[in-house]
Amino acid sequence: MYVAVKGGEKAIRNAHKLMARDRRGDTNVPSLSLKQISEQLYLSVSRVMAEGSLYDVELAALGIKQSRGDLIEAAFLMRAYRTTLPRFGYSKPIDTAKMLIRRRISATYKDLPGGQLLGPTFDYTQRLLDFKLAADGEAPAPETQEFEKEEVMPRVTDLLNDEGLIEQDAPIAPDAPVGDLTREPLTFPAERDLRLQNLARGDEGFLLALGYSTQRGFGRTHPFAGEIRLGEVEVDFFMEELGFEVPLGTMTVTECQMINQFKGSASAPPQFTRGYGLVPGQGERKVMAMALVDRSLRAEELGEEIDSPTQDQEFVLSHSDNVQATGFVEHLKLPHYVDFQSELELIRKVRKEWQEKRNAAEQELVAEAAQ
Amino acid sequence: MTNLIEAQDISGEHYNFAYLDEQTKRMIRRAILKGIAIPGYQVPFAAREMPMPYGWGTGGVQVTAAVIGKDDCLKMIDQGSDDTTNAVALRNFFVETTGVGTTTKTKDASIIQTRHRIPEETLTKDQVLVYQVPIPEPLRFLEPRETETRKMHALEEYGLMHVKLYEDIAKFGHIATAYAYPVMVQGRYVMDPSPTPKFDNPKMDQMEALQLFGAGREKRIYAIPPHTNVVSLDFEDHPFEVTKFEQPCAICGAENVYLDEVILDNDGNRMFVCSDSDFCEDRRAAGHVGLLGTNPLDADKTTEEAE
Repeated sequence: MYVAVKGGEKAIRNAHKLMARDRRGDTNVPSLSLKQISEQLYLSVSRVMAEGSLYDVELAALGIKQSRGDLIEAAFLMRAYRTTLPRFGYSKPIDTAKMLIRRRISATYKDLPGGQLLGPTFDYTQRLLDFKLAADGEAPAPETQEFEKEEVMPRVTDLLNDEGLIEQDAPIAPDAPVGDLTREPLTFPAERDLRLQNLARGDEGFLLALGYSTQRGFGRTHPFAGEIRLGEVEVDFFMEELGFEVPLGTMTVTECQMINQFKGSASAPPQFTRGYGLVPGQGERKVMAMALVDRSLRAEELGEEIDSPTQDQEFVLSHSDNVQATGFVEHLKLPHYVDFQSELELIRKVRKEWQEKRNAAEQELVAEAAQ
Repeated sequence: MTNLIEAQDISGEHYNFAYLDEQTKRMIRRAILKGIAIPGYQVPFAAREMPMPYGWGTGGVQVTAAVIGKDDCLKMIDQGSDDTTNAVALRNFFVETTGVGTTTKTKDASIIQTRHRIPEETLTKDQVLVYQVPIPEPLRFLEPRETETRKMHALEEYGLMHVKLYEDIAKFGHIATAYAYPVMVQGRYVMDPSPTPKFDNPKMDQMEALQLFGAGREKRIYAIPPHTNVVSLDFEDHPFEVTKFEQPCAICGAENVYLDEVILDNDGNRMFVCSDSDFCEDRRAAGHVGLLGTNPLDADKTTEEAE
């Protein structure tokens, strides 16, 4: 019995001890180091940083180790830690045009200024289990060569801009407040900054399914992968005390710009519109799905008909957070016997009434037949 | 790495008293004050991520953390009992982060955090009852959109709820809501009492204690100040009825209390015992005995301990 009996405290302690033992597994096998996780499971680390909403490789690795590789649990650990950290302020917007590029591809042009840079990717590999890896074989090192850093790697969306074919970034006032749904509760309708924050923290699987549904016709947006880029950007912070910006360091980000058709409206000419995705670390699937969903959520702004789940702000933004979702789904494990008792009483009462009615009806039939 | 490992210790210096930083507590207290000023109105607040999952009491925990002080004495219950797993976990959380005294005695507590029950003992003006709320919106299952339900509250447009209750009567002959039974607070806001059984609804009316409701995942706080009218929704010809149990508590003989049904063996034999475990213990200590005499579950426990 998991409730009602005294001794629950001891049972909980013992359950945690058992979990710690299972987490460690066979002690003849060396324990995982955080470095091993952050070096060799970087895509897991990236996902935990994105959904945990905290850019810290080491903590993400610890979360993964502590959660036995359950990435949602790891993101939850990150969130619970993040919320206790003091808030010094907001950094300046990062400039992804100045990214030190490791990967940059565009599906809309054969070639473009800055070139197509394939970078580290699973794409074009044959998905065959590699038994050399199982035998701990080392892969040959990639070839290297000197290169000159491009100061600015223009975004594809800027290239299209020349002809006015694509919508521009909405202008932002330099002192515009930074929306932050971790400091203010989300209200509807939510502006795009908050929507993007919500999606960046949102569950990869949920966004993937939503983005996929738009491709299959539930709110079709005619997307093209304008550009996907991965690399390091500098993060700057404006110090009030000093009166100038200081760099805080660099972070790895993945960015996706989707280009979507738009047939125009009374106020806007036909032109391409954009969906945007950005996550910390390396998360290509997530940014692409995010960009699809972002574009769909702009349906109202662009005067499009809203008839699919992905276009529905309340539906998407209220259910994207996997830490919230997992908590509420799993809370069904908690005892509910008090509510269940009231339901028991109710269903007994309703059944009794049903039976009485039925008996009465049967007796009536018998009486009629006798007549 | 040491800093990471130390940070895991929530009783250490890395976390503030009651876990939340003072600014966050102030933000929550402002929401609580607004809630008290507008009884039954759901105040949005920037709920924080807590070190327990959403849906497991994060709203109640944040409210308690915002109002608890060093001299408070905390009682933590779930389903009416101090010993349910999550009540134990949440009580330990406050013991570790605040060091305040805790109790299982209803009358000794200054703050009672609860899930799904209101204690049987009448609460007093020196007490605060904090409810954990999963879905604060009483209209949610009639209208899934927040934008719509907020409008309905603003316009006092509660027709939908009355239609739902009426449909119950048309279908079953009575209102078929057994828990989370909606109430009207001070004649203005329809409110969800959290999923307490409707048995507990009358206790909310004119209660001397302050009642605070926290919904963490949904980011809402609401309140019922002392001596507020709380009326369960009903119709003149179908007045609200409290669940009645056919027998008294099997081990303390209490009547007119909420009972849990406990299945005793594989043959489906069952007993009905007080859901409020502290109330039951008090009565037994005072010499009241029910039909079964002793608690059959105690017998199990004694054997276990002996082993």
